Amino acid sequence: MPSHTFTVNGETVTVEAPDDLPLLWALRDLLGIRGPKYGCGIDVCKACTSHLDGEAVRPCVVPVSEAAGRRVTTIEGLADGEKLHPVQEAWLEQDVAQCGYCQPGQIMAAVALLKRTSNPTDADIDEIANVCRCGTYFRIREAIKSAAAKAG
Amino acid sequence: MSRHSRRRFLTYLVAAPTLAVATKLGLDAYAPGSADAAIPTPPAPADLVDLGDLLILAGAPTAHMLVLRVDEEGLVHFRLPREEVGQGLTTAMAMLVAEELDTPLDHVRVRLDDARPELLFNQLTGSSNSVRSLYDPVRHTAAAARARLVRAAARQWGLDAQDLTVRRGVVSAPDGRTASYGSLSAAAASLDLGPLVVRPKKASEHTLVGTPTSRIDARDLVTGRQVYTLDLDVPGAKPCMVRRPPTINGTVKSVNNEAAVRAMPGVLDVVTIDTGVAVVAETFGQALDAKEALDVSWGPGTVDGLSDRDIRARLKAATPSLDLLGPLVKKVEGEFDFAFVGHAPLETNSAVADVRADRAEIWSGLKSPIVARAAIAEAVGLPASKVTVHVVQAGGSFGRRLFHDAALEAAVVSKKSGRPIRLMWSRIDDTRHGRMRPATHHRIRATYAAGQVLSFQHRVAAVETDFRHGLGDALTAAAASLPSGIGNATFAQTLFLTTVKSPYHFGITTQTLTEVPIRMHTGSWRSVYSANTRGAEEIIVDELAARLGKDPVTFRREFLRTARQRAVLDKVAEEGQWGRALPDGWAQGVGFHDEYKSCTACLVEIDATDPKKPRVTRAVIAADVGRVVNPRGLEAQLLGGLTDAISTTLRAGLHIDKGLPLEGSYSQFHYARQKDSPQDVRIHVIEGADEPGGAGELGVPAAVGAVANAYARATGTRPRSFPVTFDVDFTPFPR
Repeated sequence: MPSHTFTVNGETVTVEAPDDLPLLWALRDLLGIRGPKYGCGIDVCKACTSHLDGEAVRPCVVPVSEAAGRRVTTIEGLADGEKLHPVQEAWLEQDVAQCGYCQPGQIMAAVALLKRTSNPTDADIDEIANVCRCGTYFRIREAIKSAAAKAG
Repeated sequence: MSRHSRRRFLTYLVAAPTLAVATKLGLDAYAPGSADAAIPTPPAPADLVDLGDLLILAGAPTAHMLVLRVDEEGLVHFRLPREEVGQGLTTAMAMLVAEELDTPLDHVRVRLDDARPELLFNQLTGSSNSVRSLYDPVRHTAAAARARLVRAAARQWGLDAQDLTVRRGVVSAPDGRTASYGSLSAAAASLDLGPLVVRPKKASEHTLVGTPTSRIDARDLVTGRQVYTLDLDVPGAKPCMVRRPPTINGTVKSVNNEAAVRAMPGVLDVVTIDTGVAVVAETFGQALDAKEALDVSWGPGTVDGLSDRDIRARLKAATPSLDLLGPLVKKVEGEFDFAFVGHAPLETNSAVADVRADRAEIWSGLKSPIVARAAIAEAVGLPASKVTVHVVQAGGSFGRRLFHDAALEAAVVSKKSGRPIRLMWSRIDDTRHGRMRPATHHRIRATYAAGQVLSFQHRVAAVETDFRHGLGDALTAAAASLPSGIGNATFAQTLFLTTVKSPYHFGITTQTLTEVPIRMHTGSWRSVYSANTRGAEEIIVDELAARLGKDPVTFRREFLRTARQRAVLDKVAEEGQWGRALPDGWAQGVGFHDEYKSCTACLVEIDATDPKKPRVTRAVIAADVGRVVNPRGLEAQLLGGLTDAISTTLRAGLHIDKGLPLEGSYSQFHYARQKDSPQDVRIHVIEGADEPGGAGELGVPAAVGAVANAYARATGTRPRSFPVTFDVDFTPFPR
């Protein structure tokens, strides 16, 4: 069985898995990192959105072999210990989450967006295609705007 | 044991080392509302007693099982006999407890209760009923605990309890002595404190209840710490997925390559169950590959030849004709179709099961766990007393988790495979073999003369909604499963009649339901019959207004029954600047809805410059749900209802083709995304009467009406079939 070494949330890990095992299952089933959620498995719902070398990816369609030697950040690695990331703080401020299942992915997508553009327009925010079945979109929009405004 | 009563409530002290109290609720009197104006419409059943009332009455004898415990650290533990699926119920309940105890909200811990059959009707999460049914008993329970804690302090200090005050979980005497709840808890549990008068606070005394409050689980939800079913660490539990048939309710005839699949990497077991062929593996990725690799010969399902066209024809044929009218009667008519809609919660159907020879333990998101427990016990051949069913906070429901199919499958696979398993449905299976809101057909006719509406008739035909989950207990579930669907049909009529009503004085008003028994996986979908039924009526209301030469808001004002309803409508008209100028291809639309002792109005603006790609750009909602526990949570529910309405009115539905939905994922089932959602949403909560009304489903029907009416006005069309854009714009996944 091939082995793959990469970092997850700052820690170096090695997993033994077929090259084509989706990273999502390496994280969830082999490493017990369960913040990234399964919602579709085909990069449609984007609930599993995490970062690979700082870029938003969907681990459900990233083969574990592609993560080798790279930095994976999941929702669990976003906060600095107990100090939340400003986007997480904005999510609390707007009380965004309902069922919460999509929110790790929404937050990781928002963090990536704000990295690309510090002051996103409504059109930029519209491009986040993550599904929220509870329909919290408006609060997500407000939270992203609030985080952007605070980062000034 | 100390026992005391005030009004209809009895509170018991439960034997425990620290304070634990339980409260019993008696029957609540029903007070019918009054109506006046226009040509009065006689009360419909739902005006007199709605489904929520029935549930409250049915659950009354067991409501005393609510248990609240105060530990030595002063933390308050409350076991909630309901499911949290994102509706914010745990927060609302924690607020009630904190309020009555005068203790900080973060000292309250709410745990979802396991299935408890002794609760009978009192462990069903549905019908927008949880706050309504729990508001009084939870407050009484917490008030009783507070009274005992204060009495314990008074006893210690030799003072009169009436002279003591409580702030932030600390009891204070006039002389400055203080004692925390934690320090008093053991004494409060053991002392004979004599009869206590328990009186929950009046609404005017509330300092927390009624204030916008963030979710108690918000931090867990944004850090990935929230534990859903498949995030649980149950030792040894292995991933499991099921290969499902090519048509709904298809059966397994034979597995043709079992040995080859068993030899695939990570595969641990292959097990045939009633609903398909299950694969157990080391990872879900491997289970998914293996179940896809299975070569299975399938037997027929229950609706193999059936497609949308046939279903629509059957519904249309089943919709009763409207009464014959003379040629001079003026009327407005409409015939409507609504497609099937998947519940599609983001967390797919899932469960963890550990079934042993002598006992079983199940974890799943369940809104009707008592029924689940009985069904699982029967399926695995254990007495129900040996089956523990844990209710896990879930990633959405919208009615889906009234059913326990994943839990049942997981239990059967665990038993057959002889190991604990974690079972997950794929998204494609969840969409195709999951539950759906039934397709419906509607005939509506209103007659009018001299500026008045004389009659309003609505005939609904719907594919049978499966209510076999009953009211949450095994007895009613069994009644709903009587042969020939008789039980279920009676249930459906009761539910229709106790939920659907018209808010207007439209003269003689009749609303009837005819169910067409087609064996598909249907189920209650947020607001059950009301989204389509009342949504279609709101469209006819706009057309009636136009016929009578009246503005849609003015017309509704004139015919709504109560001042309370008109205040809600006025609020959106004012805040939404009803009638303001908009560019060509844009329009405003309004809708109104009243149910479960709550009412709401919704005003939207739509950009339909491209009629195939309309976008709701702005929404203003007002709601009066009576006493509001958490305005912030209520706003979240209304926002969700709005998004549901935008989705199902404009683009989201399921096509049935030869016995299976064509759609298989969110790339095909077009639930709204950020780009489809308004950039401006204002929600106004109007504080109403003392009693809380239902709120979880309220937001959908009014918004359906508003979106459809805005679309009609923007495009100059009369939409009759929903969703309005419903092309098969994708290549379906293989069956």
